[in-house]
Parts: sequence; C-alpha cells; structure tokens
Amino acid sequence: MNARIPILKLNEVLIVSIQWELDDQTAIQFQEDLLNKMHKTAALGVVIDLTPIDFIDSFIAKVLGDVINMTGLMGAKVVITGIQPAVAITLIELGIRLSNVMTALDLENGLDKLYKELEA
Amino acid sequence: MDLRSSVEIITEWDIVAARQLGRNEAKKAGFGTVDQARITTAISELARNIYLYAGKGKIEIERVTDNGKFGIKIIASDEGPGIPDLRKVMEDGFSTSGGLGAGMPGVKRLMDEFKVVSETGAGTTITTTKWLH
Ligand SMILES: Nc1ncnc2c1ncn2[C@@H]1O[C@H](COP(=O)(O)OP(=O)(O)OP(=O)(O)O)[C@@H](O)[C@H]1O
Ligand SMILES: [Mg+2]
Repeated sequence: MNARIPILKLNEVLIVSIQWELDDQTAIQFQEDLLNKMHKTAALGVVIDLTPIDFIDSFIAKVLGDVINMTGLMGAKVVITGIQPAVAITLIELGIRLSNVMTALDLENGLDKLYKELEA
Repeated sequence: MDLRSSVEIITEWDIVAARQLGRNEAKKAGFGTVDQARITTAISELARNIYLYAGKGKIEIERVTDNGKFGIKIIASDEGPGIPDLRKVMEDGFSTSGGLGAGMPGVKRLMDEFKVVSETGAGTTITTTKWLH
C-alpha cells in the first residue's frame, strides 16, 4: 500500500521519477528519504520528474515546495521536470507558485540544465 | 448508469478513493484533461478538509443537467465543528493548520459554482459544480 519512491544516484546528482499518484504518507516519506539521501551522498543537485502526475493539490504542492526549500538549505539545486499542462493550470488556479525552482520539459532537459547550473 | 456515487471520508486513504472516483466520473462525463484535473483537485481539497477539520464526512458526486447544460456536482458534507468565519476561510493563505490556505479559495476558482453552508457546532456542507462547456 505504501511503496517508497525510488531515489537514484548518478554521479553527483539524485534522480527521482515519481511514477504514480502520491498519497499523503508517500509524499511525506519521500521528503524524508530525499533529505537523508542527499545528506548521505553529498549530492549537489536533484531532478524530480513529475511526468505521470495528472494533478497536484495544495497538500502535495506544500510538500514539494518544502522539499525544494530544504534542498536549497542543504546547498543543492533542484530541477522539476515534466509538469503536465493540466497540472500547471490547476496549480495557478489554486494560487500556488513554486518559486525559486528551475523547471524543464523532461528529464533529459532537466539533467542538462542541472549540469550546466552546477558547472557555472 | 449511476447518477450519484459517494465515498465516506474516514481515513486518509478515503481521500485517494474520492478523487479517483471523481476523475473516473469526470472522464466518463466527457470532460477534457484540464477539467478532469480541476475536478480531481477540488475533490482532494474538500476531502482533506473533512478529514483534517471534521474528522469524518462524505463526498458525493452527482451528474447534473440544467437547461441542456451538463455537469458534475460535488457535495462535501460533515458534522464537524463548522466554520466560524466564512469570509476568512475564502481568503488565500488563511489556514488554521499550517497549510497553504489554498484549498477553499482554490476550489472556488477551479469550479464554476461554489456554495458553503456552515453552522458552528453542527457541520459544513460545500456544494460545487463544474459545467461541461
Ligand atoms: N469542513 C470544514 N470544517 C471546519 N473547518 C474547515 C473545513 N474546511 C475548511 N475549514 C477551515 O478553513 C480553513 C481554510 O481551509 P483551506 O482548505 O482553504 O486551507 P487549509 O486546509 O488550511 O490549507 P490547504 O488546503 O492549503 O492545505 C482551514 O484552515 C480550516 O480552519
Ligand atoms: Mg484545505
């Protein structure tokens, strides 16, 4: 019922691909797992791919926003990728801005962006 | 065809069940992906509010017609503490739980019609409709 979201490590970067609808427990577990893994691996950046996600409500948006802020506090950069048009529209209508975050169309572009940012 | 279906909201998992039911109903009714996401998000917000603030309640999803218009109506009802200040909870950013305070004003923007009836100590019923355009 409560499978964890896998977090992969590729060189100095962590890659997360969220593959199914997030329930509250999974979202909170993910937040904790990601921060622990960043600490353990001293990762410099994270790409979170949301391609299969077809809606985001205020709770999940808050968890995501917190993850982004905490990752920043730990000195790493975050790129969010694969936000579907319907998700972008509903987030804006909910009044939610994911500020201070880099975004890209897909995982590949996201990794490119992150590597460029890390080189800069 | 079921014209009305409902999910009791008691545990966190019922929030997931309610929004999945909503998405299926929206899809069956012919709503496009953006409206499906709006309806799913609205149900998720209302169901979570029931779970957080009233403890338990119910989400009903109903197909409605009006003058040849076709739509989906969501009724979120509980017998919780009620909402003392309706104006305040409709402000963006107002939350008594450390949330974003986006739920109530957000649902109003996501949907076409939105009505709250609430009585302190007796409960809250929120009725909201999306029309197929
Ligand atoms: N069914 C309800 N019964 C009692 N109080 C409610 C109910 N629904 C909402 N409220 C009150 O209205 C406030 C605003 O709700 P809203 O959904 O807009 O924001 P939130 O739940 O606090 O945060 P978010 O939804 O962004 O995570 C809540 O903090 C709560 O005090
Ligand atoms: Mg809420």
